[in-house]
Amino acid sequence: MTPAALLFRLRALIVLFALAAVFAWMSPAFLTAGNLTILVKHVAINAILAVGMTFVILSGGIDLSVGSVAGLAGIIAGGLLHSGLVLRPAGVVVYFHSWLVVVLALLAGALVGAANGLLVAQLRVAPFIATLGSLYAARGAALLISNGATFPNLAGRPELGNTGFLSLGAGAFLGLPVPIWLMLAFATAGAFLAGRTPFGRRVYAVGGNERAAVLSGVRVKQVKFAVYVISGFCAAMVGLIIAAQLASAHPATGETFELNAIAAVVLGGTSLMGGRGSIGGTIIGAFVIGVLADGLILLGVSEFWQIVIKGLVIIAAVILDQMQQQYTRRMAAALRS
Amino acid sequence: MNTDVVLEAREVSVQYPGTLALDSVSFRLHRGKVSALIGENGAGKSTLVGVLAGIVRPTRGRLRMDGVEVSLDSVRRADALGIGIIHQELNLCPNLSVAENIFLARELTRHGVLDKRGQQERARRLLARLEQPIDPTALVGDLPLGQQQIVEIAKALARNVRVLMMDEPTSALSAGEIAVLFRIIRDLAAHGVAVVYISHRLEELLEISDYVSVLRDGRMVAEAAAADVDARWLVEKMTGRPAGSEETAGAARSGPELLRVEGLSLTLPSGRPVLQGVSLSLHAGEILGVYGLMGAGRTELLECLMGLHPEVAGSVFLDSRRLGRLHTSARIAAGMAIVPEARQVDGLVPSISVLANMTLSGLAKFSRGAWLSPAAERTAAAQMVNGLRIKTAGLGLEIGSLSGGNQQKVIIARCLLTGPRVLLLDEPTRGVDVGAKREIHSIIRRLAEEGMGVILVSSELEEVRAAAHRIVVMSRGRVTAEFAASQATDSALAEAAS
Repeated sequence: MTPAALLFRLRALIVLFALAAVFAWMSPAFLTAGNLTILVKHVAINAILAVGMTFVILSGGIDLSVGSVAGLAGIIAGGLLHSGLVLRPAGVVVYFHSWLVVVLALLAGALVGAANGLLVAQLRVAPFIATLGSLYAARGAALLISNGATFPNLAGRPELGNTGFLSLGAGAFLGLPVPIWLMLAFATAGAFLAGRTPFGRRVYAVGGNERAAVLSGVRVKQVKFAVYVISGFCAAMVGLIIAAQLASAHPATGETFELNAIAAVVLGGTSLMGGRGSIGGTIIGAFVIGVLADGLILLGVSEFWQIVIKGLVIIAAVILDQMQQQYTRRMAAALRS
Repeated sequence: MNTDVVLEAREVSVQYPGTLALDSVSFRLHRGKVSALIGENGAGKSTLVGVLAGIVRPTRGRLRMDGVEVSLDSVRRADALGIGIIHQELNLCPNLSVAENIFLARELTRHGVLDKRGQQERARRLLARLEQPIDPTALVGDLPLGQQQIVEIAKALARNVRVLMMDEPTSALSAGEIAVLFRIIRDLAAHGVAVVYISHRLEELLEISDYVSVLRDGRMVAEAAAADVDARWLVEKMTGRPAGSEETAGAARSGPELLRVEGLSLTLPSGRPVLQGVSLSLHAGEILGVYGLMGAGRTELLECLMGLHPEVAGSVFLDSRRLGRLHTSARIAAGMAIVPEARQVDGLVPSISVLANMTLSGLAKFSRGAWLSPAAERTAAAQMVNGLRIKTAGLGLEIGSLSGGNQQKVIIARCLLTGPRVLLLDEPTRGVDVGAKREIHSIIRRLAEEGMGVILVSSELEEVRAAAHRIVVMSRGRVTAEFAASQATDSALAEAAS
């Protein structure tokens, strides 16, 4: 690989370190353990969403519903912990163990993902439309379940045997907060799934050329279905982490999160056309967004300017991506002749 | 100075990073003449045409139009000078009408408002001049490929071209459509247009052109009047080695029946019947040629064999086992594989590497537990690179870095890595150069000798006759004739296909 190509490929990482260096230089508070922990905890939320989103985008789709799914999963967990499952005919209220609550909420997320997957793979609804629909439907479901209210105090009660949920957000293991461990776990699992398994390779193939994938024997419908399930599962995990961090579940949690996740994926060099990109890139992308937000806050830049700057950075990243692809194509043409 | 020369390239060189695509090439286009440009893939044909059309900027050299030096630094500039180009892949908007396509980017207006009627009227006149009864208000996407090609030509004519370059215009056309195209080309030439014609089909090229120019490795190696040379001469100049006697497949040492097709019928959702009771059988060690024109149902037949149309009626038996509605992936597992017709559209995954393209079908074979084994993938791919003589600078590079012939070999390798017993090849040598074509034919023969059953679909008479043991001819969704290769003649095949 030529040095220029290498620089291009590592651009997101270079931008990340450049941003970090600038902020460290301009604000002494940036490189403190306290700030970095907060920063990474914020990044973890977006990164986990973006891992799932990466699979969807690699397959040539998009998942707009992740923010709503996060909200819905949080509300389901909150409801089960706070008010239990009311079985009306029997007049019984069932409280589940907190880990079972977590599993149920994750399943709910995967279920919404499965619905997206069915719409896209089986009924051939355009991914943008299918997930736009479930964005509304899941948000509405969250509001219905909680009747628009917040479920407070998710610590659980010892006499009901449902304590422990909060450790998902506030707990720590070997000195690192649990959300950061979860991000590491999702990123690692995602990277292996994408890069080192037949499934991952097929996701790339479906996004790169669906017809070719079909004729090569890839079960395209299964692959498409699976990526939305993965995305829904990741989104539910995020909803649980947020609910655990806040010790309460609010039905509006996760609004516009889908945009941050897409931004992280794109910043990380994954093509919105599908078939090109990586989980590693996405994680770097999530960190670029996180460092930018954190640094700008430390520097006291107005919140409104922060939004403008984020937008400009995303556009710049996409322009760079285009330049790289042109460069790669030129190199390919040169090799061919 | 020859006043007949419309456009001339003088000692033009194009340097790409790491490679000299054109090396001091001179090329002249004559008024009212058809100049053929030939060469193997990568010889620099497309680059030269690109220079003349303002798409590629030469590193060195000069261009003259009507004896005056010009600089073709953009397509618009070339366009303004009356230089038109029709690419191999058609540049039409399928969602717009014929008239709208013809006047795209130079719409006729009246007081600033689109003059739809005027456009349709002029389009109608242009198409009448081409003797084509195409409705100017029809959507381009609804037209057959041959008519779309005519629309491209009409689009060029609407711009009053003086130079028209055509890059493999016939690769997707049927014999009838080619005849129409040739009539149009002759008519254009008679009206003084200088035509550049690029094709891999040598006979066809000798038929239509006045001059032939041969490029090899970026250099102009031979130029002659078409009347003075034959196909053998062209092949020798292109490859730089004397043409050997054409190998043929001869008789098959065929083994037991592998594949039997009984009464396949398929009707498209639009109500058009594309297959009507097709039956055939394929034996181990046999290459079965399927010849037919565009729309004969050849591609649909292969698609049905691969399970792409579950609604098909009739039966397919592999080793006497009825395949029924088996999914494509299950058919591949059962021992079938396909090299699809349109390499770029149906074959390659452009965003992934040469290696990943090659192993896509056989991924399960390269897994250890849940994980892919990069070592197993590399070993298998390296064997294929050697066995099929695939020229690549690296397995990790994007597939786009390979020439057409080598891309095709990668797709063949993809099939072979699944260990198929029945291999379906749909126009496997379309758009590949003569050398690669020969190699692909010898690969097919070798596979058959090893006991594989091969179905070779082709619209080239020469190809089915050279490569197949037995030939069936399809026309309008039916099998209309069957020949042993030794008994097939061009005229008999063509007659059965029409």
